[in-house]
Amino acid sequence: MLSEQEQDAIRGELARYALKRGAVPEALKIVQARRGWVSDEAVRDIADFLGLTPEEVDEVATYYCLVFRRPVGRHVILLCDSVSCWITDCETLREHLCRRLGVGLGETSGDGRFTLLPVACLGACDKAPVMMVDDDLHVELTTEKIDEVLDRYR
Amino acid sequence: MEKPLTGRMRGDGEAVELPAYERADGYQGLRRALKLSPREVQEQVRAAKLLGRGGAGFDAGEKWAHVPMGDDAPHPKYVIANADEMEPGTMKDRWLMEADPHQLLEGMIIASYAVGADAAYVFLRWAYKTAAKRLARAIAEAYEKGYLGRNILGSSYSLELYLHTSAGRYMCGEADGLLDALEGKRAVPRSKPPFATTCGLWGKPTVVNNVETLCCVPHILRGGADRFLKLSRGGKEGGTKIYGASGRVKRPGLWELPLGATVGEVFHDCAGGMRDGLAFRALLPGGASSDFITAEHFDVPMDFGSMGRAGSRLGTGTMVVLDDRTCPVGVLVSLERFFARESCGWCTPCREGLPWVRSILEAMERGDGREGDLDVLDDHVRTIKMHHTFCTLAPGAMMPLRSALRYFRDDFRRHVAEKRCPWR
Repeated sequence: MLSEQEQDAIRGELARYALKRGAVPEALKIVQARRGWVSDEAVRDIADFLGLTPEEVDEVATYYCLVFRRPVGRHVILLCDSVSCWITDCETLREHLCRRLGVGLGETSGDGRFTLLPVACLGACDKAPVMMVDDDLHVELTTEKIDEVLDRYR
Repeated sequence: MEKPLTGRMRGDGEAVELPAYERADGYQGLRRALKLSPREVQEQVRAAKLLGRGGAGFDAGEKWAHVPMGDDAPHPKYVIANADEMEPGTMKDRWLMEADPHQLLEGMIIASYAVGADAAYVFLRWAYKTAAKRLARAIAEAYEKGYLGRNILGSSYSLELYLHTSAGRYMCGEADGLLDALEGKRAVPRSKPPFATTCGLWGKPTVVNNVETLCCVPHILRGGADRFLKLSRGGKEGGTKIYGASGRVKRPGLWELPLGATVGEVFHDCAGGMRDGLAFRALLPGGASSDFITAEHFDVPMDFGSMGRAGSRLGTGTMVVLDDRTCPVGVLVSLERFFARESCGWCTPCREGLPWVRSILEAMERGDGREGDLDVLDDHVRTIKMHHTFCTLAPGAMMPLRSALRYFRDDFRRHVAEKRCPWR
């Protein structure tokens, strides 16, 4: 079931789109913002709420990289691996993150604190290498700076 | 040197506030536009030769001229700012939106007036959180001051403008994919014709322009088409351009220069050349979807025509520089991994071809390259091309590979012959 708050938030988005279907990405983001991820049940609930088939919602939910279909950690690390960050050695950063968190890409640390994901170019190439943690961009990274940054997210 | 796009930006990284924007002639372009007919505005932009800054270089005025006008035109019509910046190596639209959000809004309102649009969207990339906050605030301010909403500045023209934040996919930056994404579907390319200008968002006439393109529009209206055209060198393509450099250069960054500044001016004068101890090898002039160029091209003007004649493309104008200590095959792995991951899967050459290219390159880099790999890569470069796929993602993916196979062929051969990456 979508909560009252979720329903209100989705309803608030509808006016901006000519057809209800246009609100699907926002609806997915609204649910994810409150629950951390989007379950199959949530997909069905959104479909019911917007008068769509579950497939119409699922095809969107499975397409966009930032819609999580599995539970994630309390914080999500998005490490850029595109060309400018690759040239400035994001590979070393990836190895460091994997070792420190004890995870591979796409996995969540045992304490449930971090999920590590690769991401395409974050548009801060002049400050490469970069990553995002939740909504925050972190630039000009080194392994030491990553350690400092991670300590800020409990 | 005139810097219409960035000249009024603040030094402290904060956005230009509305009062400061207005004091620096902000929204004067809109005021002028509203005194002209929509067709006259279109003609001004056409005369200014404003070529699309998202990479394709299509004439903005010409695009607008395809929108049906007059009493019989279908409504609602839409204008969309493509702010889904995701071309690897590109960070110019982020800067424009974070530092001066009203400039984009003014450009969008003028464009909307010129094509008679009823609604406009900023299609913003999810990762641009600061830009989202600043745009949302600027939109609210613009409504409050009567630049948006009913009867803009007392005229008979009305416009609603919305901020849409995407959920992340390179395909959303492709104009048709963007329309699908906005309609709440999987982003896949559409067969053309019909073009978006007649049948776009929800089947209605729609103009999609890049952020930087729209940011140029107020300056055309304010200073006149002729003045805008003369901002550039050569006078065939109007305006200034946001150029950039990343990679292991001394001063990575972004700079506004006359359109047509040379490769060398951006690389040497702005970016300061390579960091100490590194030598220049090649560069991608306009993001991942452009062909490498080399030192022999330092004198080539970075405009659409000249870069095309040099065998590459201007693309987004933000160069990615490759040094002599970085493995070119490794760079190609990173590039093709990106393209393969971002393929939407609609067209077979892209869905099947790009992962194959990626695996071959990964194998080479690991030391598992085989005789004949180069031939397979050559085949892909030859066959994955424009009009074999619905959109330009896969042909774009072949551009850096095609040029790398030409300029770095010996490096590829060494990977195969020595069964290892010589840079490791």
